Amino acid sequence: MKLSLGPILFFWPRAKVETFYQEMAEQPLDYIYMGETVCAKRRELNLDAWIGLAKETQQQSKAQILLSGLTLIEANSEIGALKRLCENGEFTVEANDMAAVQFLAERKLPFVGGPALNIYSGNTLAEFIDSGMQRWSPPVEVSGTMIKAALKQLDELGVARPEVEVFAYGHLPLAYSARCFTARAENRPKDDCQLCCINYSEGIPLLSQEGQEVFTINGIQTMSAEVNNLLADFPSLAEVGADVARLSPRAEGMLEVVQAWDRVRNGQQPPLAVQGCNGYWHGRPGMVTAEEAGLC
Amino acid sequence: MQLVCPAGSLPALKAAVRQGADAIYVGFKDDTNARHFAGLNLTDKQLESGLDFIRQNQKKLYIAVNTYAQPEGWERWQRAVDHAAALGVDALIAADPGVLAYASKKHPQLNLHLSVQGSATNAPALAFYKERYNIKRAVLPRVLSLTQVKQVAESTNVPIEVFAFGSLCIMAEGRCHLSSYLTGESPNLCGVCSPAKAVRWSNDEGKLTSRLNEVLIDRYEEDESAGYPTLCKGRFIVNGKRFHALEEPTSLDTMDLIPELAKIGVSAVKIEGRQRSPAYTEQVTRVWRAALDSYRRNPEKFSVDPQWRQTLAGLSEGSQTTLGAYHRAWQ
Repeated sequence: MKLSLGPILFFWPRAKVETFYQEMAEQPLDYIYMGETVCAKRRELNLDAWIGLAKETQQQSKAQILLSGLTLIEANSEIGALKRLCENGEFTVEANDMAAVQFLAERKLPFVGGPALNIYSGNTLAEFIDSGMQRWSPPVEVSGTMIKAALKQLDELGVARPEVEVFAYGHLPLAYSARCFTARAENRPKDDCQLCCINYSEGIPLLSQEGQEVFTINGIQTMSAEVNNLLADFPSLAEVGADVARLSPRAEGMLEVVQAWDRVRNGQQPPLAVQGCNGYWHGRPGMVTAEEAGLC
Repeated sequence: MQLVCPAGSLPALKAAVRQGADAIYVGFKDDTNARHFAGLNLTDKQLESGLDFIRQNQKKLYIAVNTYAQPEGWERWQRAVDHAAALGVDALIAADPGVLAYASKKHPQLNLHLSVQGSATNAPALAFYKERYNIKRAVLPRVLSLTQVKQVAESTNVPIEVFAFGSLCIMAEGRCHLSSYLTGESPNLCGVCSPAKAVRWSNDEGKLTSRLNEVLIDRYEEDESAGYPTLCKGRFIVNGKRFHALEEPTSLDTMDLIPELAKIGVSAVKIEGRQRSPAYTEQVTRVWRAALDSYRRNPEKFSVDPQWRQTLAGLSEGSQTTLGAYHRAWQ
């Protein structure tokens, strides 16, 4: 099993981003995704700065560095930036919108299909593979069983499997909107958001009126409140055909997370249970913690 | 601009035709469409009868097969596409590239429209579907401002359809898993959002309370009117404050924008609401027909008749309407 570090989904100050990748460059990771996927207004690092940081990190790390594209493309300026990202000439791109798929397919560049692309079945996989997709990170709501079935369907179509990368750790990115919920929470208009999401390094908890943590607000993105954690489910990852476990950056403690996953992939017994949710993996509501997880 | 109206039943379909819809869109009775609600949609017999009625009145029928195919049930999506083609529908509305690929190869004569569930918000994305599947139209998600709709329309050769009226998805369609996170069922895979079977109403401490899979969505004071607990329209607590943290219960109404949409070159406006009653379809269709006709007769002097607005407000969620993302300030 390979380990990847997903793109940072939150908005962090540039210095924090740089320190984070210095630390991560030395970790036992196979892929590191970099770049802004949530909001084009977050410009602590602009596209050139991201590419610069990617080059620097590549020199320090044994991991392959990739660049992730924006998910919800609304303005012409965003299309221009995405096109430039796809034409970076050095790093493989993770497409999170069909615009990126189109740009990369036109240029016959191999790409990674990120979790924001709606690919749920073998027939659909075949369409993306034909367009140049070499690695598939399924939508976060897809269960292990469904991944297995989609790959089997692909086999039956006679199409070679892509690498399969499962969203294995972190707050789940669940939804994207035109509206910025962080700005809304601070009673600011989106046009004058003052980039207030920089004040929330792991988003803002959204609670029910009974105090239950339901979602996490992260700008225009809504995430799970619970951290999705499939470490106890590790044996079933390979069993369904996953090749890569994606660890999604959190504000603190990622070093320990990477190391815990690395120990398990190198043969240490996975824990019987972990904190966090794993419902989606078991074909149940995403927020649920399937108790039987460790036994699957 | 064509007026495209929803029908979740045969009476709704007939009402739409009678009130002047140019096209009516429906779904089959299974999870191949994004309004897979209990008791909704047309049986094969009703569909045939509805199609006859549409043909007699020289209107068009579109069928939505717009969920994402699950690997275990692929045959259902194949069958739905084949069935739509056999009926000779005027367009198949689909989102999944796997479904679009099957439809374009197996039934090259079938007109394909990209569903709003395809989540295509820009010209390069539309180019992908045009080049690979020869789509004849695309429905844009309700996340774009009017300026952005204009930009898309100017930079694509794919005719554009936009939402004109109805329930407002606050999230980009096709890009929302909130429902499956709480209930296990999502629009993309199951064709439902906040499914009725996960809803529980109770009276807690004298207050009407709605829950979705036991998660509290909203709690109402006596003088407040309660709405269906669509999870993004509940009241939650963020930074210590209780409010509609994602969206108020409100409906999209773009009637004021008819002149702008026409100038942009939008091909069709769509009414949301296959899950609503025939009376809803009848009234919204009548009012929108009147508005579009009024604009056509005298584009320079178009204004929204207060009676139209009153009718629509009565049909809106929470009796409120908004221009949604079309109006930049809303974002």
